[in-house]
Amino acid sequence: MATDFWIILTASLVSTCCAILGCYLILRRMAMIGDAISHAVLPGIVLAFLFTGSRDSVTMLIGAGAVGIFTTFLIEFFNKQAKLQADAAIGVTFTWLFAIGVVLISVFAEQVDLDQDCVLYGELAYVPLDTIQVFSFTNEIPKASVVMLVILISILLVIRLFGKQLLITSFDPAYASSIGIATTIWHYVLMSMVSATTVASFEAVGAILVVALLIVPAATAYLLTDDFSLMMKLSIAIGVLASVSGYYLAYWLDGSIAAAIAIVCGIFFSLALIFSPTQGLFKKSKKMVMH
Amino acid sequence: MANTNLNIPALEIHDLTVAFDRKPVLWNIDLTLPQGKLVGIIGPNGAGKSTLIKSVMGLLPLSSGYIKLFDQDLETVRNKVSYVPQRNSVDWDFPVSVLDVVLMGRYAGLGLFKSIRPADKEMAMDCLRKVGMENFANRQISQLSGGQQQRTFLARSLAQQADVYFMDEPFAGVDAATEKTIIQLLQNMTQQGKTIIVVHHDLHAVTSYFDWLIMLNTRLVAHGATAEIFNRENLQHTYGGKLTLLSDVGELFKREELPNREK
Repeated sequence: MATDFWIILTASLVSTCCAILGCYLILRRMAMIGDAISHAVLPGIVLAFLFTGSRDSVTMLIGAGAVGIFTTFLIEFFNKQAKLQADAAIGVTFTWLFAIGVVLISVFAEQVDLDQDCVLYGELAYVPLDTIQVFSFTNEIPKASVVMLVILISILLVIRLFGKQLLITSFDPAYASSIGIATTIWHYVLMSMVSATTVASFEAVGAILVVALLIVPAATAYLLTDDFSLMMKLSIAIGVLASVSGYYLAYWLDGSIAAAIAIVCGIFFSLALIFSPTQGLFKKSKKMVMH
Repeated sequence: MANTNLNIPALEIHDLTVAFDRKPVLWNIDLTLPQGKLVGIIGPNGAGKSTLIKSVMGLLPLSSGYIKLFDQDLETVRNKVSYVPQRNSVDWDFPVSVLDVVLMGRYAGLGLFKSIRPADKEMAMDCLRKVGMENFANRQISQLSGGQQQRTFLARSLAQQADVYFMDEPFAGVDAATEKTIIQLLQNMTQQGKTIIVVHHDLHAVTSYFDWLIMLNTRLVAHGATAEIFNRENLQHTYGGKLTLLSDVGELFKREELPNREK
């Protein structure tokens, strides 16, 4: 069925984008920043909507993307300038911005065609309903699929071109600056990609579950390998596999698709935790691997 | 080329003050280092040793003063300068191989868009050979011992083919055999005209390792040829008040005065 196809495709695109970025977030110990951005973009989405009066994805991407980057800037500021612990800085920043978003939605409820449940939980099942004409294909294509595809291609392009900068600034930022690589710029490049992905996928999977897709597949892959490119491939594979099987789980249970995908991700993580050859509960001791 | 003239100092620091939260960590440092020396920075904990080389590498904001390398700003001679951070400053569970880490030393010369070429890999393998790690090239870094981690960092720095090297405690947590390998390598490099500045945590073997010293305790106590400045008075000024260390110093002099001690 065409509907099934578009839902699974969109979910897979979302989880692929998230799986790639999640690898960097985890290795930079910034997993919760993904969480923060995904919540904090809410006021950006509402404001973009209020100013333009449309749910045009490009406007929202720009508005919410800007707020996402502002979020990371605020977190850095509280952490570095006000000497607040990193986790406290994240907690203060994103709850505050998210609350502003919630208030904006409730105050401008008549003008804003945004539903709080939809913002929080998303609804993949509605993805095929909102379609656009692309080039001269006979059938219209769901807007969410097109947007996610564009974002995925952009992410792949950035990683193809600047993978080494992202890797070195993740591994050893002090050394990276010493050879003239601007760590701050690459931090914001990564944060922009996380913001864009989060905003684009929030209609499909919502602000809460996008975090599951950002973190869980990458964390699972991290447990399974100590090779970076393999970690990224595994992360993508786990994300896509969870999207497909999550869809059928939801179909079978007649429940939320996004939640089912997140549950499958969690199951994969548990399996990796138990059976991982290097970090699992039944792992060989590290000493044995060394010699 | 900045280093064609050997009379140009490798490093010149003028009136350098660095402060954290308005507390000075380095105060009014003035020094010049000639090229081709193996230089030790010594001083007690919190003396500002690491801060000094981080300031030189442009990693910290300066409260006052300026730093010149080969009579130039860091930005213009960055390709001649290499930095070896403290080993424990990175996550050694990071999923990369030894070769991946060493190849990072080639990133600087690659420019924004280029990727690693076969020549860079050969170069990286050469550097691994120099530190005796060629058999570990494809090993993941999570499986390395402390000494192997340190040699990996050293190989990465060598891969930059710089003229001056700043190393933050390259002997910390390293076994005696590795320490010997490293110091021999560094001595060979200085013979080829490279300048190497090493933050050194303890006082043992200072006289046999370094031909030049920077003795630091927030202020600069002394700098110059080891033979001239490594004496009881300067050590007391450097470590003054730290009683346990002072007794170490006394112990050290006792040992240094023994004629049968191997140098």
